[in-house]
Amino acid sequence: MTEMNEAAPRRAVPLWAQIFVFAALIGLLALVGVTLNKRQQGTVQPGDQIPDFSMPLFSGYEYEGKSEVRFADLRGKVTVINFWASWCKPCEQEAAELQEAWEYYEPTGAVVFLGADYVDTEPEARVYLKKFGITFANGPDMGTRVSQLFRIKGVPETYFIDKRGVLRYVQVGPFLSVTDIQKQIDSLLAE
Amino acid sequence: MLAQFGYGILLITFLLSLYAIAAAVHGYFTQSTRAIESARRSMLLTFPLISLAAASLILLLVQGDYNVQFVYEVTSRSMPTYLKITAWWGGQAGSLLFWSWLMSAFATAATLRKWDRDIEFLPWVIVVASVTLAFFLALNILFEDPFARLYQTFDGSIAAYQFAPAGATPVVPADGRGLNPLLRHPGMIIHPPLLYLGFVSYVIPFAFAIAALITGRTDDRWIRLTRRWSLWAWLFLSFGLVLGGRWAYDVLGWGGYWGWDPVEIAAFMPWLTGTAFLHSVMIQEKRGMLKQWNMVLIILTYALVIFGTFLTRSGVLSSVHAFAQSAIGPSFFVFIGATFVTSIALLLHRWNDLRAEAEMKSLLSREALFLLNNLLFMSVLVVCFWGVIFPLISELFTGQKVTVGPPFYERANSPLFAALMLLMGIAPLSAWGHSTMQTLGRALWKPAIAAGLGTVAIYFTYTTHIIALIGFFLVFFVILVTLYEFWRGARARQRAQNEHFFTALSRLTGRNRRRYGGYIIHISMMLMAIGILGIELFQSETQGTVQVGESLNLQHYQLVYEDIARFTGPDGREVTRAVIQVYKDGQPVAELHPRTDYYWEAQQNMTIPGVRSTLADDVYVLLVDWEPASAIGATFKVYVNPLVNWLWLGSFLFLAGVVVAAWPDKDPESVTARARARGARQISAAD
Amino acid sequence: MPRTLRNTKYVILLFLILTTLLASPAFAQGSNPPTDDEVNAIAKQLYCPVCENTPLDVCPTQACAQWRDLIRLMLSQGKGEAEIKQYFVDNYGARVLNEPPRSGLNWLAYLVPPLAILAGAFIVFRALRAWKKPATASPALQSEADAPADDYVARLEEEVRKRN
Repeated sequence: MTEMNEAAPRRAVPLWAQIFVFAALIGLLALVGVTLNKRQQGTVQPGDQIPDFSMPLFSGYEYEGKSEVRFADLRGKVTVINFWASWCKPCEQEAAELQEAWEYYEPTGAVVFLGADYVDTEPEARVYLKKFGITFANGPDMGTRVSQLFRIKGVPETYFIDKRGVLRYVQVGPFLSVTDIQKQIDSLLAE
Repeated sequence: MLAQFGYGILLITFLLSLYAIAAAVHGYFTQSTRAIESARRSMLLTFPLISLAAASLILLLVQGDYNVQFVYEVTSRSMPTYLKITAWWGGQAGSLLFWSWLMSAFATAATLRKWDRDIEFLPWVIVVASVTLAFFLALNILFEDPFARLYQTFDGSIAAYQFAPAGATPVVPADGRGLNPLLRHPGMIIHPPLLYLGFVSYVIPFAFAIAALITGRTDDRWIRLTRRWSLWAWLFLSFGLVLGGRWAYDVLGWGGYWGWDPVEIAAFMPWLTGTAFLHSVMIQEKRGMLKQWNMVLIILTYALVIFGTFLTRSGVLSSVHAFAQSAIGPSFFVFIGATFVTSIALLLHRWNDLRAEAEMKSLLSREALFLLNNLLFMSVLVVCFWGVIFPLISELFTGQKVTVGPPFYERANSPLFAALMLLMGIAPLSAWGHSTMQTLGRALWKPAIAAGLGTVAIYFTYTTHIIALIGFFLVFFVILVTLYEFWRGARARQRAQNEHFFTALSRLTGRNRRRYGGYIIHISMMLMAIGILGIELFQSETQGTVQVGESLNLQHYQLVYEDIARFTGPDGREVTRAVIQVYKDGQPVAELHPRTDYYWEAQQNMTIPGVRSTLADDVYVLLVDWEPASAIGATFKVYVNPLVNWLWLGSFLFLAGVVVAAWPDKDPESVTARARARGARQISAAD
Repeated sequence: MPRTLRNTKYVILLFLILTTLLASPAFAQGSNPPTDDEVNAIAKQLYCPVCENTPLDVCPTQACAQWRDLIRLMLSQGKGEAEIKQYFVDNYGARVLNEPPRSGLNWLAYLVPPLAILAGAFIVFRALRAWKKPATASPALQSEADAPADDYVARLEEEVRKRN
């Protein structure tokens, strides 16, 4: 066998094959690396400009009478986006507080509350909204587009966005009191 | 105190394995036997050291020292002691330590062998084993410290530290959070360790292969040295997979055993390359061919082991099996990149030295069929790999997440599995070197006709489903061919030796363990195939809500809902247990107790089926829904899973087969020599 | 977004029907309520994004129970399987399906494995052809190439063949 080996022509692996193997390897590593990076990124960070998006709204929970809200139209106002779901127990802890905060700011017209219902069924969502007497704009997160935009890690999560459309604060998990919510909004209103 | 001790030991072991790497490399390049011997001794020391660290962790777990974060997360007061011990691998940090411990055990076993003939491999085997070990230890030391303790810092937050910041006060919770209920099942207690055993033991053949590549000793010595290793590795991996299936069947309440979940597939992929490797090394041993390909396979197996571990533990894939997201991702990624690039570069560098004069006399020869077998295993691998990777590609390029689920894999893989079964029937009858249509046909026609008759019988008695009939034909065919092989060999020996038939059979098997062990494994695979065919093609199910006294009907079965009760179990779980009387064609056959266990501490519900298992079918009942307050009744889901028991039966035979094939001889060299001498004697006697 | 709007309205309509149905006692023994089996037949093919990789029919979470209720509701409205699946895709994204939808880039999912397998088959085929030598050069190699450890096996085979 060894003799035959030596007799065989000393051909190295063709260059194109080497390039192909390494290119495939690097492609795979790049793919996995990018995905890993994405998974570890966490949510959108304070200081990030939120890109425009639009969201349909449940009837009865429209924003200024429109059944769809466009984020770009909210410039000039402080926006609070709350991700929730009717199957989410912790969401219930903060539902009443959010509504209370909304009622406090609604007359000023300077703050928008937006509820994004994450992978939920509408009948159950409506039962939930009714149960907690929620009146601010609410709609389904169709195709999880909005939650992917914010890279949410779960529900509930609440995002506070200033008048220029820049994210300023992220609350992961439920709020424990109305004052916590007000503290965030007031500091943004003061600007 | 114990925690600091354990961490200190880990640190020392880590430094020791770094030293082993340095000493081995130095020793190789300076031809210094002393340096290599020193590396070997350090390597040998790692095992007792890690055992000490592991013992500290187990002690902490059993004592319930909830100041230690890992103990707090995986145990609780109400857990029995054996579960507190097995909680060792119930969380990321502990299971990484478990990995390292197994790794060092195997490395020790490999370093303890006699090295006289292969001393040039030694330094590089030490390097590969130590690099892998050092990496896993580093993960424990830097990111997933099983010995980190809980502290409250001055700003009120509680976090785990090994080295507490100034002013922090230790926190000792009154009770732990308890082991994930899914992991409290006996199957789950042994399924992960077996899988890890399989994963880790593939490091050793890989280390030898790399040593062969670096030293340039590219004959098949490395294969002969690691033959048993790869068999045992394969055994553990296979059995780990089967037990995982059993666990899923008993605990996950899917009515099935395998869901083509990405993490399951991640464990399945090294099994595919490992199985291909087991077959293709035989070609190299007998014919000196495929040296390059065997290298590719062993490197691929190791790569898939590491890659699968990475995917599961880094949070890249999410699944029921996945660990919580962890900080180990990036460093794991770098390790993977480095090992892949190094191995491939080495392989390309030595590609020419691995070239062998290949010759194939017939496309029906056994080596040609083995090559086809390898092609099929690689095809299944391609399907699986692509299915796991594709969602990442889709998410990256379109932002759209997609699921690649069972229909995808089943459609693509079933013809490949069928072809593999066909090969399993043909290959044992073909000869090395040369085989013609004629010789093969002569050997095959009898079993083929018998299998055909069996299939006709199935057609008239059991099913007319065409895929099932093809499947059953293949199963019969393979089993008959394999039994025929046993018979043929035993008869020949019987005549030659004048032995009793069964003596001849057992001696034949004993003298050619790998061959006949392999055949036993083939038969066991066919038994498993019967179970898979049954559940995949004939599973039927129904779901309904019934009041006490009412019943659900499925197939021949009538299931009467007799009673339900809710009570608190010994470890604090809330058990809701129903009593179901099962009638088959009007006769009572079993009383089943499907139940749900609610674990308050984990806020998790477990649905435990009630199962009546026979060779013909399983009746599998799940309690889906019941509320004490409501008058609606209880909801049950019932499956009838035909033939699924054959899957588990097959797995026992499988175990037997691998043990036959891999049982260590006292001294491999001398035993083969003796066998050779004896063989020669026998042949001359027969003449 | 006309499509989403239409869907939203559609859901509202369903919701109204559900509430009226639930309110009326007739619902309990309604004309032809969908059975659990009919619901599961569709749920089996769907995956909910909350508990990944668990088919909807066996997923124990509350979210999944709600989804099954929705399937039941849509079935009771006479909606077909395709329609229901499409509704779920619109609402929750393509990942609820158990396979990538056959469109756009997703075709790669279905095309790459067969192409790769064909390429592999081609390589093996070429190797076999290159290795195939005229049968004349064979007898010497046969006896040499067999590893000595397996002499016994080879001879045994040989012998068996003779005796047949």
